[in-house]
Amino acid sequence: MVRIKDLPDEAIMTPGHTACAGCGVATAIRNMMKVLGKNTVVYNPACCLMIFTAMYPNMAFKVPYHHVAFENSGACVTGIKRAFKMIGKDDVQIVAIAGDGGTADIGLQSLSGAAERNEDVLYVMYDNEAYMNTGIQRSSCTPKGAWTTTTPIGKVKAGKTEHKKDVPMIMLAHNVPYVAVASVGYMQDFLNKVEKAKNIKGFRYIQVFTPCPTGWRSDTAKSIELARQAVDCGMYTLFEAEGGRMVITKKPKMTPVKDYLMAQGRFRHFTDAQIEEHQKWVNEKWRRDEALAKTYQELYPKPEAGKPKKEAA
Amino acid sequence: MTKRVVTGNYAAAWAAMVSKVKVVAAYPISPQTFIVEHISEFVNDGIMDAQFIEVESEHSAMSATVSASAAGVRTFTATSSQGLALMHEILFTASGMRLSPVMAIVNRTLSAPLNIWCEHSDIMASRDSGWLIVFCENNQEVHDMVIQGFKIAEDERVQLPFAVNLDAFILSHSVEPVDLADKAPVEEYLGPFTPKAGVLDPENPMVVGHAAPPDYMSETRWQLHDALEKSRQVVLEVNRSFAEKFGRDYGGLIEEYRTEDADVVLMTVGTVTGTAREVVDSYREQGKKVGLIKLRYLRPYPKEELRKAVSKVKAFGVYDRAVAFGISGPQFIEARNALYGLNTPLVNFIAGLGGRDVTTGDIGKMFDALLDVAKTGKVKKEVVWIGTRGVSEW
Repeated sequence: MVRIKDLPDEAIMTPGHTACAGCGVATAIRNMMKVLGKNTVVYNPACCLMIFTAMYPNMAFKVPYHHVAFENSGACVTGIKRAFKMIGKDDVQIVAIAGDGGTADIGLQSLSGAAERNEDVLYVMYDNEAYMNTGIQRSSCTPKGAWTTTTPIGKVKAGKTEHKKDVPMIMLAHNVPYVAVASVGYMQDFLNKVEKAKNIKGFRYIQVFTPCPTGWRSDTAKSIELARQAVDCGMYTLFEAEGGRMVITKKPKMTPVKDYLMAQGRFRHFTDAQIEEHQKWVNEKWRRDEALAKTYQELYPKPEAGKPKKEAA
Repeated sequence: MTKRVVTGNYAAAWAAMVSKVKVVAAYPISPQTFIVEHISEFVNDGIMDAQFIEVESEHSAMSATVSASAAGVRTFTATSSQGLALMHEILFTASGMRLSPVMAIVNRTLSAPLNIWCEHSDIMASRDSGWLIVFCENNQEVHDMVIQGFKIAEDERVQLPFAVNLDAFILSHSVEPVDLADKAPVEEYLGPFTPKAGVLDPENPMVVGHAAPPDYMSETRWQLHDALEKSRQVVLEVNRSFAEKFGRDYGGLIEEYRTEDADVVLMTVGTVTGTAREVVDSYREQGKKVGLIKLRYLRPYPKEELRKAVSKVKAFGVYDRAVAFGISGPQFIEARNALYGLNTPLVNFIAGLGGRDVTTGDIGKMFDALLDVAKTGKVKKEVVWIGTRGVSEW
């Protein structure tokens, strides 16, 4: 198991980039790259990460970096991997790092294509719950009720009217070798998942929760705390599913969701009734996730040591 | 070399196979589909050592093609119509990154109405994407231009993507005898693909696909434009070296037919050229001095060649198999721009839209109109729609 204190000092995603103060993405990716190592190619669609690491003549990544467009990460990492297979570079780790909009909305088709073909690539979605790079617009991963610049607090309508799209469950339905959800607030858990994914062949999906103080209207000093709170209150279920076997990796403490919501400006307009409704939804969601994990574990028993893991159906 | 009677689609697929392409990412669309079917057969039969990626859309086809090229391998893909329109965004990325894929485009009408037959509306809408663009008259030319395409696109002085256009059904599904090249001479001719810049390699990390602020864009754009302008020389060199190696010479950016003493000249593009040759011959027999220019390359545009050819004639016609709505045919916009300042009267003829046949009679009407202009010195109508119900012709 990877240990944070044993990670190399040398940064593969270097300091000097232009991320906002308190950016959860920068913290997550900087640490993730140390686990992935230098024999890696990074693909990055148009997103915050690209703009704060890859503006010519600067480049924060010390490994090959590739960007083509916004909606095609699944196809682009496929192209690199297949080319590498043909020229004896199959050992190189190909990782797509995309935001929630580039994954859950405009990039979902190409992501699904790559997952269905079980391409041997790692796809990391950093979830800051809106289109932050273009100025905080709603994505399908924005939570219900949240303020964004396209779900403003108006007189007849306020905030996003729908719940968050559950991309990990969509990925699980693709029967890929590895699906995981992590939070930058639980770094050890996140890096364990990265390390595990690194050593699995086939399509791997990791979704990591990364607070955005700029877009969430939250304290830049509290990003990690928020990332923990989201997990602790049950809003964001951390799990991994290797070969379809879904295991909860951090059981929520079910702290009041109100504390998490009220620490952020994007939920400031919530009435007590809305908070109560949100709490009910979280309770329901956790009940569902726990039940799903139980079911998946019954379906795919833990392989005995030394025996090959059971393939997903 | 094997002489076989094959479709244009087969000729394109075969040429990609003997060019030792390493990655093909493609998506089915009529009438291109047979190209990718043939390639997947070659791969599954073990006669083509390549990765065939069955992507979920043309957008992903071009994206995977671009990224595989950036990883340093020779790539090929094919599409038509709506597929090319869906790729449109990534066409600019391929050229902007100075990558060298070759793509066969089976020219088909852009919807609406939905129509799978021949029109050039697909490629004409993508003509400013920084690709080299060549049109083919027959299946042999399709085969040869795919191979030449790699030679030109991968040249250090060019490093740009290359589009080989073939008319839907008229070439894609029609069989003709074609000399199909063997692998060995093509391998000898093309050599290995060893791109010098912009390759993703952990041993030598670099960026392929930066963001760039205004400070750097003009220079990037200029370099691309300059390379496309200078590719003329490479096109001519490759035409020559290909002729020496394989015995077929296509002339260059344009091909002239019986223009030496012509009073009027019609410029055609694609398969209509074959029909026009027949008409030129029969008019010549009647003592009418007509000639033909086959536009081969739309990019780089044969500006000087056209000016030279047109300066001598009394009337010049431009054939279009597409419409630039609100002005004329798109080829006419291009030609008139290239010919600006010459006194030669110009007429645009639009015919064959959505796969409608362009007959010898239709071409005859075009030459008759041009001969009328030569005689009277008057252009009665600048843009003439041929064979369109409810629209008067000349």
